[in-house]
Parts: sequence; structure tokens; C-alpha cells
Amino acid sequence: MITKNGKGVFGGIAFGKIHIFSDHIDVKKYFTSDTAKEKERFERACNKAFDETISLMEKTKEDVGKKEAEIFEIHSMMIRDEEYVSAVESRIEGGINAEAAVKETGDEFAEKFLSLEDSYMKQRAADVIDISERIIKALMGKSLNAKDLKEKTIVVAHDLTPSQTVQLREGNISGFITEGGSGNSHTAILARTMNLPAVIGVKGIMDEAYEGIDAAIDGSSGTIYIAPNNTTMKRLEDKKIKSDGEKELLQKYKGVKTVTKSGKEIMLYANISNMADLDMVLANDAEGIGLFRTEFIFMESRTFPSEEEQFEIYKRAAEKMGGRRVIIRTLDIGADKKVDYFDIPEEENPAMGFRAIRICLERTNIFKVQLKAILRASAFGKVAIMFPMICTLEELRKAKSILNEVKLELDFAGIKYDRNIEVGIMVETPAAAIISDILAQECDFFSIGTNDLTQYTLAVDRQNSKVNSQFDTHHESILRLIRITAENAKKEGIWTGICGELGADESLTEKFIKWGVDELSVSPVYVLSLRKKITELYV
Amino acid sequence: MKTFEYVIKDKEGIHARPAGVVVKAAKDFESDITIENKGKSVNCKGIFAVMSLAAKCGETIIVRAEGRDEDKALEAVKQAVETNL
Repeated sequence: MITKNGKGVFGGIAFGKIHIFSDHIDVKKYFTSDTAKEKERFERACNKAFDETISLMEKTKEDVGKKEAEIFEIHSMMIRDEEYVSAVESRIEGGINAEAAVKETGDEFAEKFLSLEDSYMKQRAADVIDISERIIKALMGKSLNAKDLKEKTIVVAHDLTPSQTVQLREGNISGFITEGGSGNSHTAILARTMNLPAVIGVKGIMDEAYEGIDAAIDGSSGTIYIAPNNTTMKRLEDKKIKSDGEKELLQKYKGVKTVTKSGKEIMLYANISNMADLDMVLANDAEGIGLFRTEFIFMESRTFPSEEEQFEIYKRAAEKMGGRRVIIRTLDIGADKKVDYFDIPEEENPAMGFRAIRICLERTNIFKVQLKAILRASAFGKVAIMFPMICTLEELRKAKSILNEVKLELDFAGIKYDRNIEVGIMVETPAAAIISDILAQECDFFSIGTNDLTQYTLAVDRQNSKVNSQFDTHHESILRLIRITAENAKKEGIWTGICGELGADESLTEKFIKWGVDELSVSPVYVLSLRKKITELYV
Repeated sequence: MKTFEYVIKDKEGIHARPAGVVVKAAKDFESDITIENKGKSVNCKGIFAVMSLAAKCGETIIVRAEGRDEDKALEAVKQAVETNL
């Protein structure tokens, strides 16, 4: 038995035979006189590659967006390009096998692009190589066809590409292991969406010697066992029965109202950091989005995202959630989240520096573009706006007056938006919690951000491992601030939520509800277990 | 034969997406359609050919259509060019 460790990105136990998906393909060139047969193989491979590309395009359009799907449409046209097809065919007629003909043609076309002066066109060489490899894989029967997997399989890859993850959704797969990847990678997202254990960052797992060997994954500890021995198997099987049982039990809580035994209804929402998380929100039956982090739109872009780009994203979220509330937090950049093109000078103490609403109130042009995009999206669902890092009443008033300016501009242009859109604030500074009685008079809701609230209250840097042990979210001071905030909100007739990590801490759920917290917004994977917890409480 | 000239206004020139749109528009027709830039003329129905022009903003392209449905073909390509480039 060989044991390896990585980082578990989704919990649970899985068993299966290792199947290594490698992008490396070794094309052998040989001479053949059966030209007709090679041509026919090529044609079939093209059809297969074309179909794959089209389904990728559709899947991407639905999951990620129209713009991201465009590249696959271009790929499909390349596969059907007459010039390309006839170049391959004439090589086959020259007496070589289809694989080698495709490889040589792909290289030749890529070379053409590389010779162009335009740097954008140079990069298109990668697209030619991509479609050629797709056709070659189809020829060699190597294409990643998850449907063909007969036995329970643990997929091993360096890192799964978007095209692979789309294809893997329908296979006989029990878990994932990757050599590279981060917690936000496609592998991690896929694992969570498919509800399968996954371990990433496992060094040396791509060894061909492991192909077809029985293995086990423990997604919660991040351990993998290759050819596990009997004692390990027994232990893992017991653990699997337990964790599967729990998972399955939780499925019963889909579609169930989140109400305590005493009849108090709680709004159980989920946090999202990108569009892929939306599927998880729906899959786990969250009742709304309590925190839509908009930073990803800015971090994934090389320049300021336009109003139109942002609008499309917000609109998609609003539409996908139907009538359920989508709370969009305005830009929270700065501190640990840096974006180059914002050109924010280095600071001694960025967590207490120029960040979030402070940037937005000064650089109002950026803020207005985002507010306009959010307001426009509000015509397509139930959208709410939330300002981060509020410390003073003046900040809230200023942010709201900019929002009103934008509303007037939309009125003037005759563009529709939700006139009654709710405006709330994040309570994540001790200042905001302490004056929550005052702030509550001028906004529609509070959402407590417990991570920053803990950092600022205890004067403990979240990023500093030296003081990590002092980052105590259960500290009496934090609990008191949460209680004060919730009680002040009640007095002014507005509602309070918790969107920080503490929201998912089941040891505090009862207290929160007792204090008057109305909404909890957690990672989508925690929704069902939290719903179970709430429905068992007598508060 | 029908012809039209156009000066590219898109900052990025004929990159992948607009090339795709133009090729798609041309493919629906029987006529031979070519697109020319800087003295190089290529088949307007091939994605590789159109992209290989690497035509940039401010440059002139000439589209020619010849065949039974040349009027309709030129009109369709013209529209694709004008709205995407």
C-alpha cells in the first residue's frame, strides 16, 4: 500500500480503479496504402471532434457564458475548414496514417499563425494544436469519453481542463485526484457540483505504473491510498457508510422549509464567489444568495470590466435564481485582494487602508459603473445591494447618494430597474456594530461579516500565521457585537444576516436565532446540514 | 461579380470572433466569395484563411462575390462585416 497526501477539496470516501488522463499523446507515423480506410477514419474522427466541440460550446454557454463559449464555436469551424481538411487528406493520399497526417497539418497551420506579426494571431496557433489533438485523440480512441468507463473509476489528471470537466459529468466516476490545481480550480468545482470526493496537489500521482490499480480517496483528510491493504479498506468502508449515510440523509432536506420547531422561519442563503458556484447554490437548494462576491469579475479581467459585462453576469444570476433574493456586494478590493490595474500604491497596513467602499467612494466612476449594472439587473429578478466595510453613517449616506444619482441617470435614459431595491450594509467593523442602532435607521438590512469583524475586533491579522491561534471567532466580544447588531436591527424593523464563516458554525446557530438573526448565508455545501440543524431547534 | 470595400473600425482587427461571424455568413451561399487585404486574397468561407489575413484596424478589405446568388451573398457578408468589424 502506498499512501500519498494532498489537499482535500471535497469530503467523503471513494473507491475505484485509477485511470490516468494525460494530455501527452505520442503520435506514431507509419506508411499505409489503404488510403480509403485512413480517410474514412479521419472523417469519423472529425465528426466526433466536431460533436464534442459543439457540446462543449453549449455546455460552456450555459455554465459560464456566451463570450467564453465563442472559442469553441471557432474550434468547430476550424475542424470543418476545407483548407485544413484537404491538407490532411492530401497527406493521407501521400501514403501515411491519419494520426500523422493530422499532426503534421496541425503543426504546419500553427506555424503559419506563429509567423504572423500580430501577437493575438500568434496565440491562435494554440487553437490549431488544440483541435488537431482533439481529432488525434478521437483517432486513437483516447478521447476522454467518461461514458465508456465500465468500472468505478478514480480520475487522475494533472489538472482538469474546462473541456475535460464538462465531459466527465456523465461518467462512472467515484472521485478525483490531481497533481496540480487550487481550491478554486475546475477540479474542485466539478467535485463539489458532482458531490464526489476530490484531493488536489498530490505529487507524483501521474505515474503510469498506477494505471488500473485499485485505490481509495479520503476527501476530508486529503489522503489517498494506492492498493490499500485490508485493514485500511475496512476502516475506510466503515467511514464511507457513515459519511454516505449522512450525505443521503441530508438530501431529504431539499425542498424543506427552514423553520425551527417553534415555528421561526430562517432565510437560509448561500455565498458565491463565481458563476460556477451558482449551480451549487441550486443543487443544494439554498433559498437565495446572501453574498455575491463581485471581486472575481475584476480579478479575472485585465482591465476595468464594462457595465455591459457586469450587467450580463448579474442578470444571469438574478434570472437563474428566479424570484429568490440575490444580494450583490459591491466591490471589495484591497487588503488581500489585489488587482493590478487599480494602481493602488503599496500600503504599510492594507487591511486598515484604502479598500472596499473607501476606494469606491473616492473613485466614483468605477463605483457608478457597477451600481448601474446591478440596478439594470434588478429588473430581471429580486436583487439587493450591499455595501462592504461601512464604519460611519456618512459613508452609508454618501454611497446611497451615489446610488440615487445612478438611479436618476437610468430614469433619464428610460432604463428599467427595481425601484424598491433593498440597500444593506456589511457589518464587519466594530464601529458599524456599535453604531448599528444609527445605521439601521438608514438601510434595509445588515449582513455580518464575521471574518473581518473578528480580525478588527481582536486586532489579529487573518493572514498572519503567527497569530492564527488568537483568531478566535467565538471570543465573547464578537458574540456580543453580533447580538447588539441583531437586536438594534430588530428595534428599527430591519433584518439581519450572517454571511461570514461563523454562519455555518452549528454550535452557535441556536444563539444566533435567539438573538434575532433572520438570515444565514453559508457555502452552498453547508446549506442542507444547516437546514437540518435549524429544523431541529426549539427557538 | 459584386464587390465592396470596407475600412476596419474594430480596434483588434479581424480576430477570431468576427472572423467566425463573417465565415458563417459566407458559408450559406453557393457563390465564390473572397476577401482581400494588403494584396492577399483568400476564400471567405475558410476560418483559417480569413484569420490568416491578420487584418488590422484602419486597413481596407475588399470582399468579392461571384455566382448565382452573388447579390444576396455580398449583402450578407457586408452586414456581418459592418456589424462586427
